[in-house]
This record gives sequence, structure tokens and C-alpha cells, in this order.
Amino acid sequence: MSLDASEIKKIAHLARLGINADDIPEYSRNLSDILAFVEQLNAVDTAGVEPLAHPLEATQRLRADTVTETDNRDNFQQVAPETESGLYLVPQVIE
Amino acid sequence: MHQKTLVELSAELQKGSCSSEELTRACLQRISQYDGELNCFVTVVEQQALAAAQAADARIKAGTAGPLTGIPFAHKDIFCTRGVKTSCGSRMLDNFVAPYDATVTQKLLEAGAVMIGKTNMDEFAMGSSNETSFYGPVKNPWDTTTVPGGSSGGSAAAVAARLVPASTGTDTGGSIRQPAALCGITGIKPTYGRVSRYGMIAFASSLDQGGAFTRTAEDAAVMLGAMAGFDERDSTSVDRPVDDYLAGLNAPLQGLRIGLPKEYFGEGLDAGVATAIEAALDEYRKLGATIVDITLPNTHLSVPAYYVVAPAECSSNLSRFDGVRFGYRASEPKDLEDLYTRSRGEGFGDEVKRRILVGAYALSAGYYDAYYLQAQKVRRLIRDDFMQAFEQVDVIMGPTAPSVAFKLGEKADDPVSMYLSDIYTIAVNLAGLPAMSIPAGFSDGLPVGLHVVGKFFEEGRLLNVGHQFQQATDWHTHSPQGY
Repeated sequence: MSLDASEIKKIAHLARLGINADDIPEYSRNLSDILAFVEQLNAVDTAGVEPLAHPLEATQRLRADTVTETDNRDNFQQVAPETESGLYLVPQVIE
Repeated sequence: MHQKTLVELSAELQKGSCSSEELTRACLQRISQYDGELNCFVTVVEQQALAAAQAADARIKAGTAGPLTGIPFAHKDIFCTRGVKTSCGSRMLDNFVAPYDATVTQKLLEAGAVMIGKTNMDEFAMGSSNETSFYGPVKNPWDTTTVPGGSSGGSAAAVAARLVPASTGTDTGGSIRQPAALCGITGIKPTYGRVSRYGMIAFASSLDQGGAFTRTAEDAAVMLGAMAGFDERDSTSVDRPVDDYLAGLNAPLQGLRIGLPKEYFGEGLDAGVATAIEAALDEYRKLGATIVDITLPNTHLSVPAYYVVAPAECSSNLSRFDGVRFGYRASEPKDLEDLYTRSRGEGFGDEVKRRILVGAYALSAGYYDAYYLQAQKVRRLIRDDFMQAFEQVDVIMGPTAPSVAFKLGEKADDPVSMYLSDIYTIAVNLAGLPAMSIPAGFSDGLPVGLHVVGKFFEEGRLLNVGHQFQQATDWHTHSPQGY
């Protein structure tokens, strides 16, 4: 399996990850190496094997639907790049 | 003073022969003397540490101290610390002052431990050499032209160079055990779910687990005892009492069955490392253990399975870094897409980008079954190998890493070769088992680590097995020259 420049660009777009055009050949080489390396998994017969999501087979613990947290908005927004009146600011989305 | 272990220092503090403030000043002094070269610390919190030390001294005087009260420690910069920069080794979080404490941070502070600073690490814990850090590589104090291992390289090197008696780490594929081995110290990764992941910046959630670095297994018992325990705020935390790790240390090893997987002694293992491991096994025979040959037939699939599962989870976890709520934001974004794309492109380093791309690819439409699902199936085969082996043996041993510390830059351009330096540790994360690395001699003048893997929740047994070895040998007392 090898990934060409257009595939690298497509994946980078899916991940919303800016990459330099100059670096694309290297990503292409590195990613192709990694995919070639993991390719050996496909040779394993896993018919009838259930995927293992949690080593102890634990399932998601549920808690009672009650309020347990206090309002921490001001504290959390102190580390935000840009806020106004308790809202996070981003570039205009709708004209 | 810096040559004393955590437990010895704790006894000194209790006796009153030294104060936590003196101890803390001594650590700060050693950091200012040696860390310019080693680069273990991203942040040192001198004033906060001295205040904590004074509070610990008051607690000791009042008779309400525990074994960690007044003990300085270094905290991996992946654990959130309220009011203190928490960078995760990344430009993305270079400006991030955590607004809350991780559960591990809180537990250590409640125990009275004195946080000296935050340690350097591979960016977002992705690396095996500490070379992917935004803050530059950490040097191995045994030979400053070599790497300390990673990702918890700063934490490991700080304990090895005797800058602090203990430190925290996290281990997703070997990030505690491999640097412990390369730096000649003790490092333990407990069972998945034993230490809370709340406030521990996520890399691969089904694999990440916090643990500790110390010089001895006895010290690790104290650290892990304070860090472990159920936490409602971590959805995968296991609700089960924490064993008294110190109480079990002195159990004799007579009759202990040690499994030796033949797959761990094949091609790729350095001869010098193999010799040291053989000698350690002889020591265990003298202590009354029996060695049983076992097989873990799917071992060769663990690194490939990991490099699907971990990047997939990483690409999902790291989607939170979008330049909106915290962390790095690109300047003058022209629209929302540009804000996301450039903030992430400029905020993340190369290895992190590579893993996000691999993960995004493996999870993308049409590839999910072939990659992620298949890797999770192989993961079950790998875990089942261990389950079968543990029907015949109590612990499994082998080398922690295939070689001693390698040169800085040696593997930086070849991701797959770097990934293979975790070949013996990665399967343990996939299986969720507890494991430890302890010093077991030298090869070419550099430390070799013995890897000890236990059954689920048998951290106490691992520490016992480590402690008994350290009663019979002195490898853990060797310190790098010049420190």
C-alpha cells in the first residue's frame, strides 16, 4: 500500500491538518512505510475473533443523571484564545 | 543526600534529621547545576515547591505525615497542574496553564509530596527517544550523546541523574518501562484502569496508563500506592481496592514460576543485553524461582497492531486541538477552516502529524474494517496469548528493550525502526497488563532493564519480585558518573 501526494492531501484535509507542500513527498514515503509495516495484520486469520476494545472487557460505567459539577466557565475560558461575554470567538461563519 | 532513596529520605524527614525545605532546596540546586545540559525539565516551580515543602514540614511536626510527605518529585508534563503550564511537550500547549489538577496531581499533593517541576517528554507522548519534544531532546545522564528513551524521557533522566528521588510517567506502548531501562532505574506501569486518566492528556485512551519512576521497587511501591485508586471522573477507572504494596515486598520468591517467552530472545536482541538478562534470571534461580519456557506466538503482530490502534485513537483524541477553546491559535485566520487547519499545522510537530494522518486514514470510510477492526481482533489474540501463558506461570520476564540507549538522531528519520525499540513493551499495553522495568546490569557501559510482566492487578507481586532482586543485587544503586 502506498499513498501518493493527492491521497496525502485528502487525508490531511479530513484531519483538518495543515501540511507544507514541500513535506508531502516525505509524508508520502513515511506513511507508505508505516502502512506497509502494518499490512502484515491482513495475513492473520481472524475469522470468528471479536475485536477487543477494552483489555478487561469492561463496559462503560454509567452514573446517576444528577448535577455534580459547578459552573467553571470563567476559569476554563481564561485559557481560551478569544472570548466575549462567555462565548468563544471564531472567524465569521455565516455572512 | 541525593544518593538516598525515597524511603530513606522519608525516614530522615520523620526523624527530623533533615527538613523537606532542605531537601527541596537541594533538588532545586541540583537541577540548576545539571539540567542545563540534560534538559529534563520544561518548567521548574521553585516558589511553589518551597511553599509546599514548608507546609510538609509543618505536617511532619504535627504528626500527620505519610510516607510521601515532604518528598520532592518531578511530574511528567502530561498531567494537568492547576496554575502551572502543562505543555505535553508540544507547541500546541506551550501557552496552556491548566485550569484544574489531574487526579494523580491531586492525590500526590494530598499525600504531601512536593512537586518540583514538570518534565520534558516526546510531544503528546509520541516517541521512544524524547526527540519529538518541542522543547528539544533530553540527554541520557549515562552518556549525553545518547537518548534517555521516551516518551517519559525527562522524568526518567531526572531520577537517573539524582535530581529528584521520584517522578511520574505515562505508558502507552512502553513510555515508562523503556526509558526506565535506558536510564538504569525502576519504572512501573500498572494494570489499565488502576491509575486515573482524568487530567492526563490523552494520546491513545484504550492504552494510556500512568505510573512512576524511582530508583528502587520499594520506592515505587510508595509512589504507586499514592497514585492508584478508583476515580469516578475516569470512565475506565476500575473500582477495586488498592493493595498494600509495601506489605508484600518481603515475601520470599521460593517457588515463583517465571515464564520466558522464546519470542523475546530471537533476532534483533543485542547480545550484551541478552547476557545481562540471562545473569538476572540466574539470580532469580538462586532466589528459588523456576524458569518455565513459554510461547507468545502473536508477539510479532503487536507492533503493527499498536501502530493502527494508537494512531487511530490519537487522531480522534487530538481533534480537540482546534485553536478555539485553548492552546495554540494561528494568527489572522481567514475563515474557520483556515483557523483549524493552520492552528493544527503550526501547533503540532512532525511525528504527531504523521500519527494523526495514519489514524485518520485507518479510520476513514472504506478502511475502518481493514485496519482498526482487524487490529482490535489481533489485539484479542495477543491478550489471549498472555492469558494462556499465565495459566502456567506467575510472572513473565525478558529484556525491556532490544538494545541499550541509542545515539541521539540515530533513528529520528526512520519511524518504523524507532517503533521497533518498543517491541517487548507494546504487547503489554494491548493486553492491559501491569509491568515493570528494573536495572539488571550493563552492556557497553550503559544500563540494561529487566522487564517483568504480571497478571491483572498483581502490581504488588511485581514490586515484590523487583524488591527481592534488589535485595540480592546492587544494579539499582549504580549512578551515572558526574552526577
